[in-house]
Amino acid sequence: MSSASSPVAFEDVQGLVRFAHAKLTRALYLLVRVKDAQLARKWCAGAPVTSAEKTQPPPENALQLAFTAPGLKALGLPDSILAGFSEEFLSGMAGNANRSRRLGDIGASDPAAWTWGRGTQLPHMAAMLFSRDDLESWRRTVETATWNSAFETTARLSTTDLGGVEPFGFTDGVSQPEIDWMRERSDPNEQAEYAKVLALGEFLLGYPNEYGQYTDRPLVDPAADPANELLPAEDQPDLRDFARNGTYLVLRQLEQDVRGFWAFLDRSAQSDPAAREELGAALVGRRRDGRPLLDATGLNDFTYEGDPDGNLCPLGAHIRRANPRTADFPVRPTGLLGRFAMRLGIPTAGFRRDLVASSRLHRILRRGREYGEPLSSENALQSAPPKEGPRGLHFVCLNANIRRQFEFVQDAWLMSTKFNGLTGEGDPLLGNRSSIAGGPPSDGYSIARAGRPPRKLEGLPQFVTVRGGSYFFMPGIRALRYLARGGRDRS
Amino acid sequence: MTPQACFMVVAPLAKGRVAEARELLSRMNVESKPGTADPNNALVPFARFENLHFARFVVLEDPTSDDVAVYGIKRPAPPVYLAFLGDFDGGYDRIIDQFAGQAEHGLRQIFSLCDGFNPNTDLVLWMKAHECRPAAFYCNMPGRTVRQCREEEGLRVALTEHLRRKSGLADASAQEILKELRAFVHAELASGNITLTPAESTPPAWAARQAFDVASVVILVAFGILSLPLWTVPALLLAWRLRQLETSDPEIAPRPAAQWLASLSGLEDHDVTNQFTAMGTIKPGPLRSWTLRTVLWITGLAARLLYSQGRLARVHTIHFARWVYLDGGTRVVFASSYDGSHESYMDDFVNKVAFGLNATFSSGIGYPRTAWLLLKGAKSEQRFKYFQRRHQIPTDVWYNACAGLTNVDLDRNSRLRKGIEKANMSDVEVREWAQLL
Repeated sequence: MSSASSPVAFEDVQGLVRFAHAKLTRALYLLVRVKDAQLARKWCAGAPVTSAEKTQPPPENALQLAFTAPGLKALGLPDSILAGFSEEFLSGMAGNANRSRRLGDIGASDPAAWTWGRGTQLPHMAAMLFSRDDLESWRRTVETATWNSAFETTARLSTTDLGGVEPFGFTDGVSQPEIDWMRERSDPNEQAEYAKVLALGEFLLGYPNEYGQYTDRPLVDPAADPANELLPAEDQPDLRDFARNGTYLVLRQLEQDVRGFWAFLDRSAQSDPAAREELGAALVGRRRDGRPLLDATGLNDFTYEGDPDGNLCPLGAHIRRANPRTADFPVRPTGLLGRFAMRLGIPTAGFRRDLVASSRLHRILRRGREYGEPLSSENALQSAPPKEGPRGLHFVCLNANIRRQFEFVQDAWLMSTKFNGLTGEGDPLLGNRSSIAGGPPSDGYSIARAGRPPRKLEGLPQFVTVRGGSYFFMPGIRALRYLARGGRDRS
Repeated sequence: MTPQACFMVVAPLAKGRVAEARELLSRMNVESKPGTADPNNALVPFARFENLHFARFVVLEDPTSDDVAVYGIKRPAPPVYLAFLGDFDGGYDRIIDQFAGQAEHGLRQIFSLCDGFNPNTDLVLWMKAHECRPAAFYCNMPGRTVRQCREEEGLRVALTEHLRRKSGLADASAQEILKELRAFVHAELASGNITLTPAESTPPAWAARQAFDVASVVILVAFGILSLPLWTVPALLLAWRLRQLETSDPEIAPRPAAQWLASLSGLEDHDVTNQFTAMGTIKPGPLRSWTLRTVLWITGLAARLLYSQGRLARVHTIHFARWVYLDGGTRVVFASSYDGSHESYMDDFVNKVAFGLNATFSSGIGYPRTAWLLLKGAKSEQRFKYFQRRHQIPTDVWYNACAGLTNVDLDRNSRLRKGIEKANMSDVEVREWAQLL
């Protein structure tokens, strides 16, 4: 593996993996279907896609492209290559009922009611446009005459810059994994510390992941790549790696009921503004300015090791579910013998010991943008004007293994009604309040208190409804060119 | 305490009746939840059996049985079995009698699809004759009966409800809350709104088994140390031979077809608890076969002596699990009921107990390559996940008496009860107890 540890060719990686394009505050996601495959390939071949290279001055506009499985097929990628992608990518976010159950996409969030993401509304390609000042002229640059004949639009997802705050009013995007671009992380053994820096292969295909292994991906016979467009596979140098420097992109349109959220908090706090704020922070796990509820020097520099019962930060708080910040052992092992005993699960007693999986194997890189008119919490408590537009988050995350990363976070942590020994509650923000095994709805929320019964909130309404979603593959730039060349040069 | 045990009736399906069997079994399920039994279904109304934790009917048809060909071995296709499994409280004879007594018509209808079962067959004798004992059996919390699970959940609901209704109580001190709730439970017990049946006395056979297990360990360890010079060299030779096999045994772990995966996942996540049934063929040769026998014997022993407090090694999600030999020890069935999604289950397998998975399953043909029996193997994350999905088979009917309750729920409920019943609790204990409410 050491010989293979070459640095990453940033010019081949799409910029979104390395940058959130935070300075490019205007963004528009165009979701399209291929009308004319040949023209679509032609457009892709010339598309001004932004790479992960650092430039001086930084770019004023950016374009990132990602494709669904039907999209890759529509562009002419042979089935033999397509079959190498993961099962969840191939069957799609709304592809089967079990997936929808696990993701919590039931009831109001059922894909049957989505505005896009299934059937004829399943996009082939996402063109994500970012701009510092002039999104409109960047859009005209991207939407060439070829574009107009090549694609038909499924959805145009516009965004709003809320200055790093999500629509409920809380600072967002604080907890992000750092990527080991230099490929120095090489210990695949159990780790006693919560890891912030993660293996490159967790977020980019074609590199070793946190297990020190290469995630399965489509590899191509060199005969199918006569123009030498693709890079070799590091682990199988005889084959070319179609997915190298690419990654999976998860896009979900999450509509947020901001008025409902603040109205619930106001009700529960008997309209006391300070108590309302406190309750909101207890649901999120952070105050509005991003400060976590337990003592920390920075916004992202803490774990819950010293708060196993949730007395400082509730066990079910949104940020604690989304990233429990656990290490590989339930508590810090001491010495070799300690590690050995802990592996055997000794001691076995203790409620709430070792209930949550290790974080480092289930992290995602978030790149979402908000949409809709801003609404302050004070205004949210006023009555809504007629015909108020929707608002929410176009959730975007990047990961190399959708099942183990995005889906696991969603299913085992966020939507689980049994997370960390809790019962009768899902994620306070994202939960769908579904009932457990035909019993009562999971619409509670408990706020642990030292030495006393938890404070319980009841009847949480559903604050977030999924309106659309798809799994995309965001290729490396060489693979994009290969894709754009289509079947032409292949024998 | 009342010990838990399991039964497994296994019989070959008559030729050409597999599809018919699957169709008949599917009639037991809730229509909107494929694979999940309707507790009151007409064929086998599981809800009637108050000592039954889990049950399943599964057609044991192994799509991987041809794998043995990689060793150049030709075997006739094994028979397709129908299996009926259950995990229950109390004695084996009693539960079989109960089934024969209360579900005779349905069971006869189902078993009539098996070889040699006819209308004159004595159901009880037939079930006992087709019983397949496990090579290893795990129970999350020996002694915790179905009745106890239900009563203690009733207790939790009553306690939290009372705490919610009685204004100001939730903000009182832990000691005051305990006092009030004890009085409340006392009154509720008296009025019959809740019941908390005391534990029954431990059957002598169980106590004898425990003593025998402990004695076996002591004698084996003592004997092992004393005879160290005798067995060191043979053991090293066997280890060397095993290592040789490990480096040459072929791995068969392709990604299963999408359709196969969908047929399995369609049965999952209708409840917070799920079922898992898998089967495969043991690698040829006496070393693999005896290694597995030894490992399963140790597994069973560890399950009884060491892992009887809610966790199998580090895994807290498994309610019941068992390994069963079929066809004279050439094939193995693994069946379990676990909390959470399948991916979480596999996550635990890979990240928490890979050593245990390797020890037990590396004797199966095609298992991802291990090193020294315990290392690597399941740590090949993706290949392991493909391997187990490939060997998993759809469970036709699955019944869970306590749907909606995880092992952690059951553990918390028991702790709540202990707090109510325990005479002298320290202040720290009372405060910890109050946080569980």
